[in-house]
Amino acid sequence: MATATTGRDIARPDRTTQRGRKSREGVSLAQRGSLVSRTAIATALTVLAALWLAPLAWALLTSLKREADTTTVPLEVVPEAGFTLEAYTRVLGNDNIITWFINSTVVTVVVTVLTLALATTAAYGFSRTRFRGRNFLFALTIAGIMVPPQILIVPLYRQVTAMGLADTYAGIILPQLVVPAMVFILKKFFDGIPAELEEAARVDGAGPFRIFWQIVMPLSRSIVAAVGIFVFIGAWNNFLWPFIIISDPDLMTLPVGLVQVRSSFGVQYAQVMASALLAGLPLIIIFMLFQRQIVRGVATTGLGGT
Amino acid sequence: MSAVGSSVQTTVPTPAAEVDGRAAGRRRGPTLTAGRGGFWFVLPFLVVYALFTLVPIVYGLFLSFFDTSLVGTTSNFVGLENYARLIGDGEVWRTLGITLLFTVLSTIPLVLLSLVMALLVHTGTRGQWFWRFAYFAPFLLPVATVTLIWQWLFQGDFGLLNGLLGLVGLPDVGWLSDPDWGLWSVVILTVWWTVGFNFLLYLAALQGIPQNVYEAAAIDGAGGWRRLVSITLPLLKVTTGLVLTLQVLASLKLFDQAYILYVGSGGPGGVAAPILQYVYDTGFVNYRLGYASAISYMFFALIIIVSLAQAWISSRRRRS
Repeated sequence: MATATTGRDIARPDRTTQRGRKSREGVSLAQRGSLVSRTAIATALTVLAALWLAPLAWALLTSLKREADTTTVPLEVVPEAGFTLEAYTRVLGNDNIITWFINSTVVTVVVTVLTLALATTAAYGFSRTRFRGRNFLFALTIAGIMVPPQILIVPLYRQVTAMGLADTYAGIILPQLVVPAMVFILKKFFDGIPAELEEAARVDGAGPFRIFWQIVMPLSRSIVAAVGIFVFIGAWNNFLWPFIIISDPDLMTLPVGLVQVRSSFGVQYAQVMASALLAGLPLIIIFMLFQRQIVRGVATTGLGGT
Repeated sequence: MSAVGSSVQTTVPTPAAEVDGRAAGRRRGPTLTAGRGGFWFVLPFLVVYALFTLVPIVYGLFLSFFDTSLVGTTSNFVGLENYARLIGDGEVWRTLGITLLFTVLSTIPLVLLSLVMALLVHTGTRGQWFWRFAYFAPFLLPVATVTLIWQWLFQGDFGLLNGLLGLVGLPDVGWLSDPDWGLWSVVILTVWWTVGFNFLLYLAALQGIPQNVYEAAAIDGAGGWRRLVSITLPLLKVTTGLVLTLQVLASLKLFDQAYILYVGSGGPGGVAAPILQYVYDTGFVNYRLGYASAISYMFFALIIIVSLAQAWISSRRRRS
């Protein structure tokens, strides 16, 4: 782990040096402040947090009410009839939603694994090897960062349809695998790993792929995790592409399915909120488990994150 | 874990590697450890990249010179006709105007608010984990979740927002039905949803400011406010440039949340229909693929201009 962190620091030599030292320094600043300013800061933080959590809290409350209790005037925070899990049992009893959940999981996991495989190998190739046209191909890859996927929907739809991949997993997955920004981020990181480690392994007779897999990848665990988490979030949340390429309800992903089914729920707000929250739950759990990696990952992947 | 991997990891002392990286390894360009087999590392990515990015780019450009339709069987070369029509198409300019307006309306709060959040959290007030969670969690939610929740909050008769307005004696607002509010609702939703990303970028930048800078200022007697204005904010300039560009590019690509919020209708009086929705409607509702491609490419040109302008500005700043 320590080595991995070191690799990170080396990877970004152009950044402010000695990053590691000052992580918690803000603490001392606050403690030095007066009581008044500390109270003001805490109040502002709390007000903002309340504003940011209120929509989620209200959605949760709604999802725990009986349908009839969701549309009261004036608003009721706690309904007289109490709370119920009715909406959740209804939603989870809906075969479609279970299918979409499985589809989303399959698509997201496959996209994440394949994207990481493609991006790490390509980044390593661009970082460490020389072949004819390398610089041109790398420039071509970097240029891809500027291409918003949204502008390609029309030609991509025709192309994927012509390939016979409309309404298939492959049709959802393949176009999502191309993330040039991640190649760029990983290449920058690999550039910073001292080559001596690999040379030593080469003297021991290790081939290029073995060096990549057994030396470079273990050193790069933190950045690969960060990239992986972001690809995962992006794939789970992707709406436009699956929305366009899938028309078979059995193949829809959760975000697409939820939007489609919204009208059939009619004014059943408790069920709409329950299904919306369930769709977001996996990512909230991931955040709780990996907060540190995600927070650090945003800084490193900022370039390609949105 | 492999024998090679673990032995290397444990036997190379960290500081040595660091010194080495700084002194010798830095900026000496790619080393050739993996030799000539490198092309095979790059090939799989390039194949997928070519198939699903490069080919569509060229194909889309090609389509934009034809009157191709999703249903028709014939498609004729029409030259620049699609582009000529686009210039005279009021709907193109109207939706482009909405997109630009949304970009301005959303970027300002998304940059300022994220900066304020990061500065507040960086004071080190207890509950770091909680603050980060509260501000960043919405960013993780699927757009469908976010939009369904806000549709419910914006709901005219039973929604939370109008309910709260009623409590303080204010009249209801037609969040989703009043043309004056239609775009603002998308802005509010978007700020709530995505401010956390910028917040984390700022927070990382703040944590990267060396403490000794502040210590020197403290010795000189600079107070907290003074330190903020004359040290912290100037040091955040580069980050602000990054956040601003990423935000402008993200806001220009508005589609998902506006489309879902208004069920594809473009909002009351069409006030919340961004240009990408016009592309979508032209291509997938009216089946005019050639014309939709031409609009896409006009928009693509705009995105590239913004990206290049940013690259140019940041490279100039780095030199000065």
